Amino acid sequence: METKFEIEKLNLYYGSFQALDNVDMNIYRNKITALIGPSGCGKSTFLRTLNRMNDLIQGVRIEGTVKFDGKDMYGLNYDVIALRKKVGMVFQKPNPFPKTIYENIVYGPRIHGEKNKSKLDRIVEKALYEVAMWEEVKDRLQKPALGLSGGQQQRLCIARCLAVEPEVILMDEPTSALDPVATAKIEELLKELAVKYSIVIVTHNMQQAGRVSDYTSFFLNGKVIETDKTEVIFSNPADKKTEDYITGRFG
Amino acid sequence: MKNYEKVIEKVILLSAIVATISVALITVFIFQSGLPILIQYGLIDFIFGTTWSPTNGYYGILPLIAGTLSVTIGALIIGVPIGVACAVFLSEILAKKPAKVFKFAIELLAGIPSVVYGFFGLVVLIPAIRNYILPIYQIFAPNVSTTGFSILAGAAILAIMILPTIVSMSENAITAVPHEYKEASLALGANKMETMVRVLVPTAKSGILSSIILGMGRAIGETMAVLLITGNMAKMPNTVLDPVATLTGTIAMEMGYASPTHQQVLFAVGIILFIIIMILNIIAQISVRRLGGNAV
Repeated sequence: METKFEIEKLNLYYGSFQALDNVDMNIYRNKITALIGPSGCGKSTFLRTLNRMNDLIQGVRIEGTVKFDGKDMYGLNYDVIALRKKVGMVFQKPNPFPKTIYENIVYGPRIHGEKNKSKLDRIVEKALYEVAMWEEVKDRLQKPALGLSGGQQQRLCIARCLAVEPEVILMDEPTSALDPVATAKIEELLKELAVKYSIVIVTHNMQQAGRVSDYTSFFLNGKVIETDKTEVIFSNPADKKTEDYITGRFG
Repeated sequence: MKNYEKVIEKVILLSAIVATISVALITVFIFQSGLPILIQYGLIDFIFGTTWSPTNGYYGILPLIAGTLSVTIGALIIGVPIGVACAVFLSEILAKKPAKVFKFAIELLAGIPSVVYGFFGLVVLIPAIRNYILPIYQIFAPNVSTTGFSILAGAAILAIMILPTIVSMSENAITAVPHEYKEASLALGANKMETMVRVLVPTAKSGILSSIILGMGRAIGETMAVLLITGNMAKMPNTVLDPVATLTGTIAMEMGYASPTHQQVLFAVGIILFIIIMILNIIAQISVRRLGGNAV
């Protein structure tokens, strides 16, 4: 099985606060990896180290190695722009730009130099098709994206991310702001996307982790307690703390 | 309701009435004083007449309108790019603490009396235009000459005067853009510059446009600074180095010695100024609303 990310002894500090403590993990290609754990345990922070979004925060210090496709992402002269093109991200709150549906999707490709109108049209169709939205919105591509429902907006954000042809998609609680029907649609979509993409998803919802993921990693106070195949974590966890969390004894 | 609340309510009501009535009275007064001569002289001749020679009975204000518009547009051409760029710089590039200092300094510009700006223009800008800009200009147009009193001088000073409005309002608008948009853009592989140009500024555009409108309002209405440096020649300008007279400057200068008819004409100029500002405000508010923002 091919690994996408190899993380070794990762420590991350916000000023004097240590948010990640000696994290070791492998993330595999074309698999869905779920990160679970109580609020503030560092799972979102960990996710954001994978596309270097933590760079934006002042006072962050990172130790250890994070390799993407075998190359150290935090090494000197590493091309962050190219990394973020390959490692897309979907956020907790749907955040389409206040532009049209069409403009939202072509934003990424345009940034990366695509100017050809018919190519852009094809990219839009393909991306919307992949998130099963093409039929819903093909007649209103020039309408504002903010007029869509919350679930549609989130799928649009996924489409926007797919339009730059990433290899990995990071998702930070992508369904926490959505209703159950929209959530079900996104979960269904995730399984289809995993055929082509590697997905890392942070979730608060343990059932969701159980339903969609191949691997699950349990975070607690900045440490990874255990990482294993999802069915193992949920049926036969190695650590007592994992079992307590999964059975709802805390968190 | 307690007694003192009633009193406060009455006082506030009274203030509102006074403010409203003052505006209404001023409007009525200006129209009453200016309208008869406007009708008598003919609106078309008044607005499109190119000769302004009130002592000889020629009241064509087209040169004054041209003066006001050219100076205002010039101020916007110089001031808007600088102001917006400065706002982006303060909100996105500079660290928070120095940005605060800069913003405070720029807002201080708003507190300088306009006559000081005018005086500054008179001593610094006008000789500079005469000695440095003119020779460069003459390379392209050898027949041009100038004393320095010009559209360019007025536009440059007005550009500085509208900077505080544009910078501080645009900066607020850009800072108010949700952080999520910025993150989304960066996560797609956009760099800082692309994020600013393609996401932050477009999202803040209604706020930025509002700031430009307010700046424009200040530029049109500004009298003293412009009076000192545009030369006050009521002739149609041909180049940016020509002197012009503005609507406001002409009223201020000539009211003192005007004969009764001339005085009425100056009120009529006031009416035109009033209407121009109203029209510009309406256009601006419509365009802000079209862009999806709240009009000022």
